[in-house]
Amino acid sequence: MNDLTPTREERIANLKGMGTSRKRVEDVRFTQGKGNYVDDIKLQGMLFGDFVRSPYAHARVKSINADAARALPGVVAVLTAADLAPLNLHWMPTLAGDKQMVLADGKVLFQGQEVAFVVATDRYIAADAIELVEVDYEELPVVVDPFAAMEPDAPVLREDLNGIMSGAHGPRRHHNHIFLWETGDKAATEEALGAAEVVAEEMVYYHRTHPCPLETCGCVASMDKVNGKLTVWGTFQAPHVVRTVASLLSGIEEHNIRVVSPDIGGGFGNKVGVYPGYVCSIVASIVTGKPVKWVEDRMDNLMATAFARDYWMKGRISATKEGKITALRCHVTADHGAFDACADPTKFPAGFFHICTGSYDIPVAYVGVDGVYTNKAPGGVAYRCSFRVTEAAYFIERMIEVLAIELGMDAAELRRINFIRKEQFPYQSALGWEYDSGDYHTAWDKALAAVDYKGLREEQAQRIADFKAGRTRKLLGIGLTHFTEIVGAGPVKNCDILGMGMFDSCEIRIHPTGSAIARLGTISQGQGHATTFAQIIASEIGLSADSITVEEGDTDTAPYGLGTYGSRSTPVAGAATALCGRKIRAKAQMIAAWLLEVHEGDLEWDVDRFQVKGAPERFKTMKEIAYAAYNQAIPGIEPGLEAVSYYDPPNMTYPFGAYIAVMEIDVDTGEHEVRQFYALDDCGTRINPMVIEGQVHGGATEGYAIAMGQEIAYDEIGNVKTGTLMDFFLPTAWETPHYTTDHTETPSPHHPIGAKGVGESPNVGSVPAFSNAVHDAFRAFGLRQSHMPHDHWRIWKIARDLGLHG
Amino acid sequence: MIPSAFEYHRPGDLASAIGLLTDHGDEARVIAGGHSLIPMMKLRMAAVGHLVDLQAVAELKGITVEGGRVTIGAMVTQAELIGHEGLARAVPLLREAALQIADPQVRYVGTVGGNVANGDPGNDMPGLMQCLGASFTLVGPGGTREVAARGFYHGLYATERADDEILTRITLPVAAGGYAYEKQKRKIGDYATAAAAVLLTKSGGKVASASIATTNLSDVPVWSEAAAAALVGSDCGAAAVKAAVAAMLGDIDPQKDNRGPIEFKRHVAGVILGRAIARAWARA
Ligand SMILES: Cc1cc2nc3c(=O)[nH]c(=O)nc-3n(C[C@H](O)[C@H](O)[C@H](O)COP(=O)(O)OP(=O)(O)OC[C@H]3O[C@@H](n4cnc5c(N)ncnc54)[C@H](O)[C@@H]3O)c2cc1C
Repeated sequence: MNDLTPTREERIANLKGMGTSRKRVEDVRFTQGKGNYVDDIKLQGMLFGDFVRSPYAHARVKSINADAARALPGVVAVLTAADLAPLNLHWMPTLAGDKQMVLADGKVLFQGQEVAFVVATDRYIAADAIELVEVDYEELPVVVDPFAAMEPDAPVLREDLNGIMSGAHGPRRHHNHIFLWETGDKAATEEALGAAEVVAEEMVYYHRTHPCPLETCGCVASMDKVNGKLTVWGTFQAPHVVRTVASLLSGIEEHNIRVVSPDIGGGFGNKVGVYPGYVCSIVASIVTGKPVKWVEDRMDNLMATAFARDYWMKGRISATKEGKITALRCHVTADHGAFDACADPTKFPAGFFHICTGSYDIPVAYVGVDGVYTNKAPGGVAYRCSFRVTEAAYFIERMIEVLAIELGMDAAELRRINFIRKEQFPYQSALGWEYDSGDYHTAWDKALAAVDYKGLREEQAQRIADFKAGRTRKLLGIGLTHFTEIVGAGPVKNCDILGMGMFDSCEIRIHPTGSAIARLGTISQGQGHATTFAQIIASEIGLSADSITVEEGDTDTAPYGLGTYGSRSTPVAGAATALCGRKIRAKAQMIAAWLLEVHEGDLEWDVDRFQVKGAPERFKTMKEIAYAAYNQAIPGIEPGLEAVSYYDPPNMTYPFGAYIAVMEIDVDTGEHEVRQFYALDDCGTRINPMVIEGQVHGGATEGYAIAMGQEIAYDEIGNVKTGTLMDFFLPTAWETPHYTTDHTETPSPHHPIGAKGVGESPNVGSVPAFSNAVHDAFRAFGLRQSHMPHDHWRIWKIARDLGLHG
Repeated sequence: MIPSAFEYHRPGDLASAIGLLTDHGDEARVIAGGHSLIPMMKLRMAAVGHLVDLQAVAELKGITVEGGRVTIGAMVTQAELIGHEGLARAVPLLREAALQIADPQVRYVGTVGGNVANGDPGNDMPGLMQCLGASFTLVGPGGTREVAARGFYHGLYATERADDEILTRITLPVAAGGYAYEKQKRKIGDYATAAAAVLLTKSGGKVASASIATTNLSDVPVWSEAAAAALVGSDCGAAAVKAAVAAMLGDIDPQKDNRGPIEFKRHVAGVILGRAIARAWARA
């Protein structure tokens, strides 16, 4: 020992392990423009594909004449459904058990649908050729309203399903019906609602929007005809699943397919599904023997690849006069668009919507979800949320507000009365979930105190008085939310995608000099996995996070996993990572015992080393052990130090949080200003507080956009009205509110490191907070419910309808 | 989002630019900052066979403030206009309005000439120039002519300028008195839901002169003489403002779009004009 020997604290700090706000290792390349995205991939002889898209929302395709396009110099091929049919690739299965046209087969069902795929030597020629493809359409009546779609005489959208009255999720009761999915106790719920002292009923609409990642979807497919290997680089949130699906569809053996997700510029659910562009690029590469790139432009992305939400949620909630909730019922009319291409675990066509009892102890509940076809783009993906959890959180948090109005109660108090109590965990919800852990009252009280809730209400009362007296034209809204998420899909026993169980994986190889590489089945799209997973490993095995490379996304090298979405990376792959680290440590302990000539049981782990119990000066660091693993012949122990773990979680995790938005609203113009936004998150064990804060900022900004203006809007004949970023609201630094973040820490009891996942909480929690603030501003004037997005004219309309314009 | 093919020309002087327009007829179009034209070309809503870039035409640059008149070269960027101190003193309304156009990135490239020549009712400069009583100099094969901003706009993308003419500069009087440009928009980089430009002078507690124009509330910018007349001679009190708003509402014809329905736009137009008048009056 001398002065240079690091103290135990220094050794811990050197690891940059869990709990450290380690700077994101990814950002060096991203902030310097040195990322490597799909569109950066350039291969010798690469061709470009692009789509002829339908201008109509519903039309018969009578003929396609591509002669002029084929004659254009530089055009290599034009594919139509007729070309794909012999390969049986003109349709493809969706993740939701439906099928989807790859290229228009006789008709088109939404504006922007893929009709023909033009392949040319560069993208400029492809764009010119698209204009030369003549498509003869016969317009058909358009259905954009899911309720109208279910009218008896509504036009038949899916002629391919004519007469087939059983779908992937049970019987279909109408030609535009997809499924009815039900859970809970309907009879008991009706009975409780009927007997209740107070009942509130409301239709809550969560409008159609879009994940809109900055990088659009795309791929490069390259078929090497010499060795028979197909490589596909793409914007895939689930590369391994894409490989399996590609193998099943194409008949190419899985070992001959390599799928690579390079850097991905945001996914948010948009990049989970399989799109016609992938199939067409692969086919085109097989046909031409050349690499083929397809990359959407912004309009393609907003128009055609997976939207999110579009849930009409009709709720009934009942309570005693004192405000104790007695029952909840919800019926959803879910607009899935032209094909059911939701990306949910197979057995859950409405995702985990039945988390809609939220943070509350509701004794009995029932949910029914009707999926419906319309002439809109397919999708219904989880836009930065676990499957339909945002819809559920918005629904219950609106219903609580409406119930508070019905009861004449303060909405914060109503929540407090009904929270599941700390001692009730693990808590069995009326709709079948087992909440792992929570302490809602503590979080709630901390949040209310942080914003001085009482003071805010007093200010609001004064503001209302001033408004009524003509002294101001601005109202003050206080938007409350306490959300509970369900993330980390999921136990293989009930969660799978196309039959593949939703486990995840991690493989760690320790190099002789004591650095390491870890590979996971997930794929970061901006979440910072290379930073945080290295921190988990650092804490588990005692090597510095800076000495650990984390690699994901190459199916030839990474272990199989189900990918990154639904906040599942930390709950599932993060658990695999911790357990994999523990396997390494177990072997390291055997090696250390041999090196120190003691029995394994005489050793104890301390930060970065095994030391002899009672004699801490006798130790071997993980670095020394790693070297020995490759250098010494140790009797009975294989050389090398590596491990792989596959993790099937016993349960989901249930992160929660308390968000409060304070908003000023201009009654005359409908403009608003977010004066304050407070976000308390409890995501269990915190791996990297700075990354958490970044995730909260990003997610809350998306939530702000969704609540206050972002939407995919259609006119009555199915034209997309929001096809560019001029009309589709993506906040810039200018619009983005300032956030105050805070936390409590309630570890998950079943997760190896107690972590729950946080990436999606802020989107889930902030939407109701912003929306409730708007509603709350007008509560004193009689507003119960007004649908999002709360853009200027819709807020103005609230004021107009309430007679506030004089 | 890929434009169709075009020939690119970069003339070094005005005469060659006009020569190119004459040679290629309606196949040719000038490009200034390109921040309205290029999006249209990428959407293939504009097909341009010959693009005549004005960036190298030095005659079209420069701002002068002299003898009570301001001259702004067509190729002056919106950022240059904002940054010009002499101009900000002479016509502070210009800077206030220009700062509400798009975002800094667009303003570094987008030009004043392109903004007024474009003929899109969403552009903020046309109404502003009408409010300020500006005139535009047009140079074509047949010579040079001056057209008042107030007589320049005929309809959506239809202006007084002939296809073979180039707008070379904008001239306007130094504007004394109170001013305001008030714009409601959904976000940064958005065109106006409603916007109003107001110039006022004050004498003996009364409005001595007024000029009022609006943006994006009709298929052309609307210079409302009636609204201004309602203010002149008044104390600019509530009744006068109400009369001015009513007069303005008689002149505009907004259309429904993603920003909202007509009823909303008319209401907001009134609110915005009221605020602009109040601010201008406070500065008068
Ligand atoms: C995201 C975004 C947001 C925007 N928001 C706003 C906004 O809020 N308010 C606003 O006012 N504008 C806005 N704009 C438009 C912007 O100000 C443009 O720069 C401007 O409209 C056109 O100027 P330009 O120099 O780019 O012209 P260009 O795009 O090059 O040209 C526009 C048209 O004018 C013609 N033209 C250009 N110069 C001349 C000339 N000297 N003589 C004859 N014809 C000429 C061109 O042929 C073309 O038809 C926005 C643009 C973008 C991309």
